[in-house]
Amino acid sequence: MIKAVMVINTQGKPRLAKFYDFLTVDKQQELIRSVFGVLCSRAENVSNFMEADSIFGPDSRLVYKHYATLYFVFVFDTCENELAVLDLIQVFVETLDKCFRNVCELDIVFNYSKLHTILDEIVFGGQVLETSSAEIMKAVEEISKLEASSNSITLVPKTVSGWRNR
Amino acid sequence: MEQLKTIGRELAMGSQGGFGQSKEFLDLVKSIGEARSKAEEDRIVLSEIETLKRRIVEPDIPRRKMKEYIIRLVYVEMLGHDASFGYIHAVKMTHNDNLLLKRTGYLAVTLFLNEDHDLIILIVNTIQKDLKSDNYLIVCAALNVVCKLINEETIPAVLPQVVELLGHSKEAVRKKAIMALHRFYQKSPSSVSHLVSNFRKRLCDNDPGVMGATLCPLFDLITIDVNSYKDLVVSFVSILKQIAERRLPKSYDYHQMPAPFIQIKLLKILALLGSGDKQASEHMYTVVGDIFRKCDSSSNIGNAVLYECISCVSAIYPNAKLLEAAADVIARFLKSDSHNLKYMGIDALGRLIKLSPEVAEQHQLAVIDCLEDPDDTLKRKTFELLYKMTKSSNVEVIVDRMIDYMININDNHYKTEIASRCVELAEQFAPSNHWFIQTMNRVFEHAGDLVKSKVAHNLMRLIAEGFGRRMILQIVESYLRIIGEPKLPSLFLQVICWVLGEYGTADGKFSASYVTGKLCDVADAYSNDEIVKSYAVTALMKLFVFEIAAGRKVDILPECQSLIEELSASHSTDLQQRVYELQAIIGLDAHAVECILPSDASCEDIEIDKNLSFLNDYVQQSLEKGAQPYIPESERSGMLDISNFRSQDQHEASTHGLREVQQAATVPSSSDTGSSEVKLRLDGVQKKWGRPTYSSSAASTSNSSSQNTVYEVTPVDGSSNVNSKAREASYDLKKTQVEISPEKQKLAASLFGGTSKSERRASSTGHKVPKGSSHVLKSTAGSTTDVLVEKTTPVQPPPDLLDLGEPTIKDGPSSVDPFKQLEELLDPTQLGSSANPGIVGSTSAPDIMQLYSDKPASGQSGGFMYPSSSNRSDDNLVSGLANATTDSAHNITAAAHPSQFSKGPNLKDSLEKDALVRQMGVTHQVKIPTYLKIC
Repeated sequence: MIKAVMVINTQGKPRLAKFYDFLTVDKQQELIRSVFGVLCSRAENVSNFMEADSIFGPDSRLVYKHYATLYFVFVFDTCENELAVLDLIQVFVETLDKCFRNVCELDIVFNYSKLHTILDEIVFGGQVLETSSAEIMKAVEEISKLEASSNSITLVPKTVSGWRNR
Repeated sequence: MEQLKTIGRELAMGSQGGFGQSKEFLDLVKSIGEARSKAEEDRIVLSEIETLKRRIVEPDIPRRKMKEYIIRLVYVEMLGHDASFGYIHAVKMTHNDNLLLKRTGYLAVTLFLNEDHDLIILIVNTIQKDLKSDNYLIVCAALNVVCKLINEETIPAVLPQVVELLGHSKEAVRKKAIMALHRFYQKSPSSVSHLVSNFRKRLCDNDPGVMGATLCPLFDLITIDVNSYKDLVVSFVSILKQIAERRLPKSYDYHQMPAPFIQIKLLKILALLGSGDKQASEHMYTVVGDIFRKCDSSSNIGNAVLYECISCVSAIYPNAKLLEAAADVIARFLKSDSHNLKYMGIDALGRLIKLSPEVAEQHQLAVIDCLEDPDDTLKRKTFELLYKMTKSSNVEVIVDRMIDYMININDNHYKTEIASRCVELAEQFAPSNHWFIQTMNRVFEHAGDLVKSKVAHNLMRLIAEGFGRRMILQIVESYLRIIGEPKLPSLFLQVICWVLGEYGTADGKFSASYVTGKLCDVADAYSNDEIVKSYAVTALMKLFVFEIAAGRKVDILPECQSLIEELSASHSTDLQQRVYELQAIIGLDAHAVECILPSDASCEDIEIDKNLSFLNDYVQQSLEKGAQPYIPESERSGMLDISNFRSQDQHEASTHGLREVQQAATVPSSSDTGSSEVKLRLDGVQKKWGRPTYSSSAASTSNSSSQNTVYEVTPVDGSSNVNSKAREASYDLKKTQVEISPEKQKLAASLFGGTSKSERRASSTGHKVPKGSSHVLKSTAGSTTDVLVEKTTPVQPPPDLLDLGEPTIKDGPSSVDPFKQLEELLDPTQLGSSANPGIVGSTSAPDIMQLYSDKPASGQSGGFMYPSSSNRSDDNLVSGLANATTDSAHNITAAAHPSQFSKGPNLKDSLEKDALVRQMGVTHQVKIPTYLKIC
């Protein structure tokens, strides 16, 4: 099972963090920091795999891939295959690329919710759900279309009390 | 007016596309990105939180704006700040009918909340409604939330809807419903146990994607209970076959591979189902073999599938051809330039090595390269592999390497692991006592605070039980040397103190005042460590007692005296008590102290007089004086608890007298430590160390009379010459391929030399030789690897199997003349036939004494390559043995006769095997060039 997906930029700022088991905000920050600490200490031209027992508990492994200014990190247990997860990152990035046409860090920052939409199509509840970027794109586009069509400008009562009275 | 402006901006944003954000958000991200320090970033985020707190409660916010606020909240929380004030707004948003807002709300709650959060109760109702929605996208969004936020208590509220969705017309919904059900199963197996059959049903779904999703829960289910799913083997195999034959729609291809992720999942499942099950495994051989052949090894994903095939092959009931294919792939991985592939290769090698240990030998240089690689991940993986293939011949090199590495890393987690592995290997395979002590000292010195205290206790017991006096003196010397070094780990000091107390003055080499002085220094230097201090005080007490018992006058050093005085006022009652006991005991006479603390008796049995017979007189007197007689437990009623307590108390009181810090003394006797819960394999170790052993500088010998015959026969036949030529040729071949540094070769020899040796308990006789030698001739013409494969044999069987082999040896050695064997072994022609030139010098030759020990595994041959003439039948025999004992079915033919290893080899079997090997040799030859072309 996949335990976490992170996108961290080369300065250590998280751009996306999704944990498939609940963790407190502080714990999440700690993990992101320690993952970044380990990643930036790794040399070029080494393997993309790491044992992450000391960070995520026994039997945890980590696969990362470095694209321009971003690290894409998947953390998972022994039930996954490292090389396959590496390709999963590839699928994720390929999809982002199709979605944003030459994806860069800014796209990811400003399209935070879309990033999540894409990731939710790939990994669902910690399991790999879909690995074809064309299929993922289809699903994401369908969602976007529907969201756009339902998006005529209206005003919504926004107070909590207003909602409670309904 | 303000509102109009906002709307204007909204419209402008809208033209950018569905996901445009406002300038505010853009500025926020920009300023955070430009923040020079964490403090500055925090300030920006805190002011953002203030803004959001104010804005989010404003009435009538446009929905796009609201969506952005929520996203900003999520963003703030991702940066590590508390956004809990906004949770309720996110929850509220999920109730909105607008898909955009609903999805944003759902996204936010999955990131903000956990399944036990109070606000969940406000969402469940919405989820229920949304699961029934006509819009499948809303259903999908709801299923996503279900996975994350439904806990054991709320499962029943949504379970009926989720089950219904398993039959939804959209495959995307079916897939997600299966995943949701799987998640429920992970969270609370009991609540969905009646629905498990649904997974089986969905395996036959028309949509391959849904089928692929079903494999996830099935994998988990099969991991837990293999036997209930054996019936699915055929289905899984046929699915895998269809995928491999590209019968799935093209859309499932990934990098020209047909549905590789599904293939991987299937192979994982097959590995589980086929493990130790010959019948199930036989179904799989063809399809796995097909995948091996068809897989595209130039792409990453192709290699992922190949790796999974190797994992599968090494998990299921072994098949020679598949193992061969797996070995080929491993060779390709290891030769690759990619670190990722090397990593997978090393990992795969670790899996395969259990079944065919000879594989490692082919790749010795590649493995050493990985060990010296700057990549830490690869290095660790390689250490893991070495750990798996350690034996007494290469333990020194491996453990030394491990310790060197251990000293240089900062990662405490891994340091602990590697330290305990070093200790384990040293205990299991130590070639000499001296080496063992040095290794333990190094481990304790550098990682003493990380190893478990049990390890230290084991070491103390081992020293007390397993070592002779000379050895103990060496240990004491080394400890007295080390004790002066600064900042030793507490655990190591405990061991040192105990050993010095027990044996510090035992040989008379060191005076009591010298040793007690050192101990006082320790207690002073580590005044914060009470455990070390109590060990030191007990050690002092013992030293004084031994002095008194020997009739010498005890002179207590002034620093010692002050230490005692200081500790008698210690805050620790334990320390106080020790000191008072010490003071009381020094006052006693020689006879009394000898009874209290006999010398070198930490492992003696303590006789406990459970009947307390020495009290009989006293009891008698009391009875006469009219005291109540004792009523035995069984005759009393309703007092069970008290009596239990009492008997326990009594027991404790009797053992308490000793007041030894470690429990070693209470462990009954050395002979049955094997059965005690302590992991250390003392039974083997002790026998080895119990008697004085002297390593012979010459190469070792083997341990059966039949072996002797082989030696005598081969020179006559002349096959050894042929053989050595073959080896030389193969060696030359290798050399031309790669330029290998001599150090590396030496290392390789010392690491892998052990692999090639094994129990050559062959009872091969003359009639085997001609056939064998003819084969050698053939294989000379064959490939290099063929020869290499030939001379290897399975790994040492695990120690618990050793007893099985015992009788076989016992009848052997009577006719062996070790000196004659030695001479023969030193024969230059024989030496020349060794494939690894470095091996003779660098491997430690096992003791001759081991011949007579009842540990059959020690019948190694010191890295010697035997003439292949005997290997033919050896192989067969040994694998026969392996079949009987381990599960390694190297050779299928022998499987039916598990008891065969004690008899001579079956002629027919060996013929068959011969043919098989030759056949494999041919495939090998073909495969390597194809690989080279790819390179």
